[in-house]
Amino acid sequence: MSKASDTPKVANLNDLLSVAYQVEIDAVDRYNVLADQMETHNNPELVKVFRDLARAEGIHGEEIRRLAGDFDVAARAREIAKFGRADSPEEVDLGAAHYMMTPWHALQLSLAGEKRALAYFTSIVETAKDPKVKALAAELVEEEAEHVNLVHRLLLRYPKPSDTWADDMDPPVSQE
Amino acid sequence: MNAPLACKPADYKSEIKPIWCPGCGDYHVLMSFTRAFAQLGLPPEQIAVISGIGCSSRIPAYTNCYGFHGVHGRSLALAAGLKVTRPDLTVVVASGDGDGYSIGGNHFLHACRRNIDMTYVVMDNHIYGMTKGQPSPTTEPEFDTALSPGGTGVRPFHPLVVALASGANFIARCFSGEVNETADVLAEAIRHPGFSFVEILSPCVTFRPDEKNWKDQVHPASVGATADQGKAARRLMTDDGFNIGILYRGGRTPYRPAVAATNIDLSELEKDFEL
Repeated sequence: MSKASDTPKVANLNDLLSVAYQVEIDAVDRYNVLADQMETHNNPELVKVFRDLARAEGIHGEEIRRLAGDFDVAARAREIAKFGRADSPEEVDLGAAHYMMTPWHALQLSLAGEKRALAYFTSIVETAKDPKVKALAAELVEEEAEHVNLVHRLLLRYPKPSDTWADDMDPPVSQE
Repeated sequence: MNAPLACKPADYKSEIKPIWCPGCGDYHVLMSFTRAFAQLGLPPEQIAVISGIGCSSRIPAYTNCYGFHGVHGRSLALAAGLKVTRPDLTVVVASGDGDGYSIGGNHFLHACRRNIDMTYVVMDNHIYGMTKGQPSPTTEPEFDTALSPGGTGVRPFHPLVVALASGANFIARCFSGEVNETADVLAEAIRHPGFSFVEILSPCVTFRPDEKNWKDQVHPASVGATADQGKAARRLMTDDGFNIGILYRGGRTPYRPAVAATNIDLSELEKDFEL
């Protein structure tokens, strides 16, 4: 979880758009890394889940870019969107990946990311002085809350697997 | 401090997909490499990533930089030769605790001693992962498995202390899961003149699932880097192994041998190796 000291300083509306854009793009990168891992380790169901999640985050990123008009959110993000010791809020934990993980596990990772993003944008609503920043942050909070709900709804389709989900009768003996 | 950003981190990644186990810390290390390179604004063709053998040593293939996947334990020898002949290149060496501290242990000592301007990154998971989980030089003595019944009973190697005693000019410890922090430290290590040593605790989730707990054990160093070797020695000898950050920043002048111009034609040299 990001600490306040680890989060980027948002001075104005363009800063907020830039940080929000970077949050989505970081999520795209992580989901694609996970999809690649699952491809390598022959877990096609998870490849699809992670690619879908990456696509969804990419769409959010593009929406933010459009909202910014001519302002180059990607360039500004490279300057200010630094989360210090912490990951960017929606960067899922690669350390939690497993070659036999299920969609339920993927959605748990996603849920955690969405909740971190919700908390991050909520903190901006609570601390921003600029009313425009506050208003946009509130919109982002609403969106993230909707994403949290969406993941909860998706989880209804994928119940928690049994405790033996990671048992492998033919465990890996070679990485090549 | 941010350098001009000519390339994005993704620009340093190759098309080759890593084959590390899902959950492996080395994925994070690869991200830290690319973020550090982007932060430094180094074009990929000005960087050489050199490695030996092991899971961590696959990293050159996953970057768009120049790379050399060398023989076991010899990455530092290769890198030293490269840096001496091509001082214009930024040389980063990747290794693991088996490759770097066991078969490559002697090269480690002398690379520290020579203090050539390059950065040595050891992804330490306290195990030989690629060969299925044998104890490495940094494995705890009580680590009890079918391959080491009852544990090895052998005192672990202490790489940071050895690096300091041998003359490394920059010593840091990172945790792979802290991608941004590690990227910042790597950038600092590359900037610092001389031999920089960065040990990255990088969990092996397959053969050391207990290392998933490292993320809860690591903590930032309570004080900044020291330039005093005596203080650094005390600090490195007494820390808990989970102290993260730049721990020592020395001021030794890097070794830069004068490379004499040669008139030898390469084809003449090749004749010596003809069978």
